[in-house]
Amino acid sequence: MNWIDIGHIDDIPPHGARVVKTPVGCVALFRTGAAEVFAADDRCPHKGGPLSEGIVHGQSVTCPLHNWVFDLNTGAAQGADEGRIGTYPVRVDSGRLLIDGDAIGKRSAA
Amino acid sequence: MTQKLVIIGAGMASGRVIEHLLDADPGAYDITLFNAEPRGNYNRIMLSPVLSGEKTYEEIVTHSDAWYAERGITCRFGEHVVKIDREMKVVEGENGHVPYDKLVIATGSAPFIIPVPGHDLPGVISYRDLDDTNAMIEAATKGGKAVVIGGGLLGLEAAAGLKERGMDVSVLHLMGHLMERQLDEAAGYLLRKDLEARGITVKTQASTKAILGEDRAQAVLLESGETLGADLVVMAVGIRPETRLATDAHLDVVRGIEVNAQMQTSAPDVYAVGECVEFGGHLFGLVAPLYDQAKVLADSLLNRPNAFAVKELATKLKVTGCDLFSAGDFAEGEGREDIVFRDPARGIYKRLVIEDDRLIGAVMYGDTADGSWFFGLIKDSTDIEEMRETLIFGPAFQGGASADPLSAVAALPPEAEICGCNGVCKGQITSAIEGGATDLGAIRATTKASASCGTCTGLVEQLLAVTLGDGYAAPQAQPVCGCTHHTHEDVRRLIKSQELKSQAAVWQELGWTTPNGCHVCRPAVNYYLLADWPLEYCDDPQSRFVNERKHANIQKDGTFSVVPRMWGGITTPDELRAIADAADKYDVPKVKVTGGQRIDLLGVRGEDLPAIWSDLNRAGLVSGHAYSKGLRTVKTCVGTDHCRFGTQDSTGLGIKLEKHLWGSWTPHKLKLAVSGCPRNCAEATCKDIGVVSVDSGYEIHVGGAAGMEIKGTELLCKVASEDEAIEVISAMTQIYRENARYLDRIYKWLARVGLDWVKVQIVDDVENRRALAERFQLSQSVYRKDPWAEHAQDSATRARYAPLANLTLKAAE
Repeated sequence: MNWIDIGHIDDIPPHGARVVKTPVGCVALFRTGAAEVFAADDRCPHKGGPLSEGIVHGQSVTCPLHNWVFDLNTGAAQGADEGRIGTYPVRVDSGRLLIDGDAIGKRSAA
Repeated sequence: MTQKLVIIGAGMASGRVIEHLLDADPGAYDITLFNAEPRGNYNRIMLSPVLSGEKTYEEIVTHSDAWYAERGITCRFGEHVVKIDREMKVVEGENGHVPYDKLVIATGSAPFIIPVPGHDLPGVISYRDLDDTNAMIEAATKGGKAVVIGGGLLGLEAAAGLKERGMDVSVLHLMGHLMERQLDEAAGYLLRKDLEARGITVKTQASTKAILGEDRAQAVLLESGETLGADLVVMAVGIRPETRLATDAHLDVVRGIEVNAQMQTSAPDVYAVGECVEFGGHLFGLVAPLYDQAKVLADSLLNRPNAFAVKELATKLKVTGCDLFSAGDFAEGEGREDIVFRDPARGIYKRLVIEDDRLIGAVMYGDTADGSWFFGLIKDSTDIEEMRETLIFGPAFQGGASADPLSAVAALPPEAEICGCNGVCKGQITSAIEGGATDLGAIRATTKASASCGTCTGLVEQLLAVTLGDGYAAPQAQPVCGCTHHTHEDVRRLIKSQELKSQAAVWQELGWTTPNGCHVCRPAVNYYLLADWPLEYCDDPQSRFVNERKHANIQKDGTFSVVPRMWGGITTPDELRAIADAADKYDVPKVKVTGGQRIDLLGVRGEDLPAIWSDLNRAGLVSGHAYSKGLRTVKTCVGTDHCRFGTQDSTGLGIKLEKHLWGSWTPHKLKLAVSGCPRNCAEATCKDIGVVSVDSGYEIHVGGAAGMEIKGTELLCKVASEDEAIEVISAMTQIYRENARYLDRIYKWLARVGLDWVKVQIVDDVENRRALAERFQLSQSVYRKDPWAEHAQDSATRARYAPLANLTLKAAE
C-alpha cells in the first residue's frame, strides 16, 4: 500500500461525492450518511455516466443518466443490470482522506 | 485440455457461437477469429436504421474490441483468409498461418451482382455490410438520384434510407409486386402505395439491361428501353452463400456449404454456420435460424448432443411507417382457404391461409399487432376450427369473454415483446413473477420492464394479474419504492399530521427499511418536507437529482447546459451580448433557442459552471431553472404592445407572473404561457397553467401537457384583472405543491383529484384561495432567489465544482 493524502473528509458533503483525477481516469470519492468514504470509478459501464453526480444512498450510488445502482463495497451493479465499476482502497485518518496510490496507478506519494 | 478453434468470419452467427461456448465452458477452446471486415461482430440487421440515420454504428456493435480482449480471443480483423489446408489442419491468413483442432467456417453471404454491362462501374454498390452502408451515406450527402435494383427486404430498406437522407430514389423490381417472397399481391400493393406516398418511385416488372456511364454510373437502361438517371446504383437483388474457401478445400458444396444437423461439413473437424451453409436443401438469410444453428454448433463443439431443424419464419420490414408482417406459406392452392380482412380507409390488409383446420400462413399490412400470435399458431400447428369465425380479429377476440383485455395478454406468446425500451419479452416477466417478483416494483427491479418510459406499465400489471390470479393485489396502492410500504399520499399525509420536519424523522417514524432512502424516495421526501415546512426544513441538495443540485442540465457526455432566465421571453441587446461573450469565453460548442423562448448554452464543463454564472450574473442574468422540478418559463406573445389583435398586455402579465413564481419548487416541472388574445400564439392551452386574454379579462386554463402525452388544458375560471389572475395562479400552484405526488405534472394530479375539487378549493372558496396564495408567498420568501449567484459567490460551494485532487499532474512531473 502507498497511501496518498487527497484532502479532508469535510471536502465531501454527506451523501455526496468529489472527483480525483488519476492516471487510471477519474475516481469518485463517495461519502455516505454514516461518514464512510468509498472510492470507485467515476464512469458507469452502461453509458459512461459520471457516478460522482449521482445520488448516494446507504452504501450505494445511483447513476444520474439511467439510474443504474452500484454497491460501493463491491462495485457490482444491483438489480437487473449487469456490470461492475472498479473500487479502490481508501481510508480516513484523523479526518484526512488517503487513497492507495498503487491501486490508482501512481507509484510514488510525491 | 484446451483445443485450438479457428473461426473464419465474425458475423452474427459465429458471434453467437462464441457466446454459447464461453457461457458453457470458457476453457474448452483457445479461439482465433478471422474477419475480412476490419471490425468485430455488429448487429447487421440494424444497418438499415444506420443508413436512415436513426442509429449510429456504435449503437449496433455487439462485441467491442474490449469484449474480445477480456475473453482472450485472438482477433485477426481486416485480414482475408487465403486458404484452408485440411491435410495440415492449418488456416492460411494473409499475415500468417494458424493451426486448428476444430475449424468453423462462417463466411456468410455475398451480394448477388447481376452481370449486366456496367455493373463494375464506380457508383454501383451492393448493400451487405457497414462499408456499403457508409458508402451509401457518403453518396447521399451529395444528393441526386439513386436507383435501387431489387424490391425485396434489403432493397426497400436501402431505398427508404436513401430517401430519408434526401436522395431522389427509384426502385426497380423484376417481379410483378414488391417483396413477392414475403407478401401476396394485395399487401405488395399497399406497400407500394406507402412507399410512393413518401416520394419513392417504384417500377415493377422492370428488368435491368445495362448500367450506363463513362467513368462512373450515370444512368440505368431498362429492357423496355427506358433510361433512368442515376448518381448512385444500389444492387440488392439477393445474396448467395460465400463458399469459395470451402470449395477450394474440397468440402461438399451445392449452393451453400453442406452441413448435417450437427453443423458438420463433409470433413469431420470442419463445421460451418450461418448464411454460408446449406442444410437439407435450405439456405438461410434471417437471423432466427442462424441463432438456432449457433446453439447447435456450440453443443457439437463441446460434444453435447443437439440437432438443428428448420422452423417456420416470420418477416418484418424495418422501414419506419411501413408495418408489414408475413409468416408461413401463403400461396393459393387446392384444399387451402383464405380469410381476408380489409380496411381500405386505414390501409389495412390481413390474410390468413388455412389448411386442414390449421393456420399455415399469414400476411398482414398496416396493422401487425397480432403477428406474433398468428406466428405462434403456425409454429404450433394449433387446431383453429373452434375460433375460425373470429380468428382474423386476433387473440383479443378468442375464448368467450371477448372484450377482456387480460385474455389478450394471456394469449401472447412468451417471446412477445412487452417493454420496447429495455427489450423485455413476456417470458422474462412471467418467469420473474414465478421467481417471486409479485408487484410492479419488483418486476422493474428484476427485469427493467416498464422502468424507462413506463408506457407498458398497464401490460405488466395485466401480466401480474394473469399470472398470479387472485394472488395479485390490485395496483392502486403502490408504495413509493422498495424502501417503504407507504404510498406517496400516505407519506404526504403523515408528514403533515405527525409534523415530521426532517428526513431522519420520516425514516424513523414511518419505518423506512433503508438507512436513508434511495434515488426514488429521497428526492420525493425532500420535496414533500420543503413544500410543507418551508421555514423549518432546509432543502438538501444531496437528495436532489444532479440537475437540481448543480443548477444545470447534465448532458449525455457529462457536460452541462446553461439557460439564463429571460422574463416572459423578453431580452435586450446587452443581455444577448453577455450571453454571446460567455459562449465565446467558455468555448460553448452549441447555442440553441429552446421551446420555452430562452437561449440554451450546451456543452459547458462542470468545473466552469460557477465562473460562467458569475459572468452572466454581472449582466443581470439569473438562473432560468431549465433543470428544475419547479417554475420553468412563462411563454408570451407580444400582446397589446405590438399586435393588432391583442386584447391585453400578455408580455407584461407574463413577466409579472414569472417574477412572482420563479425559484419555487413544484412536484414536477411547471410551464406557463400567456396569450394576448384567443388566437393563442403563446400556445397557452397545452401548458400546466395557461392564460388566454379576452376583451373582458383573463381565462385561466390548467392541466395541459405537450410531452410524452399531449393534452389540452381545461378552463379553471375567468377573472377580470391581472391581480386576480396572479392570485388564482399562486393558489393553483400552491394547492398543487401541497397535494400532488412527486413527479406528477398538474394534468396527472388532476386526473386523480378531479378539476371540480380544485374549483371548489380556489374558485368558489375565496378565503381558501387567499390563504393558499399567502402560503405560496411565505415559501417564496425563502426560495425566490438566484441559486447561481449563491453557488458562484460562496467559495466552499464553488470549490465543489472542481476536482478534489489532481494526481495526474504530479505524476507527470
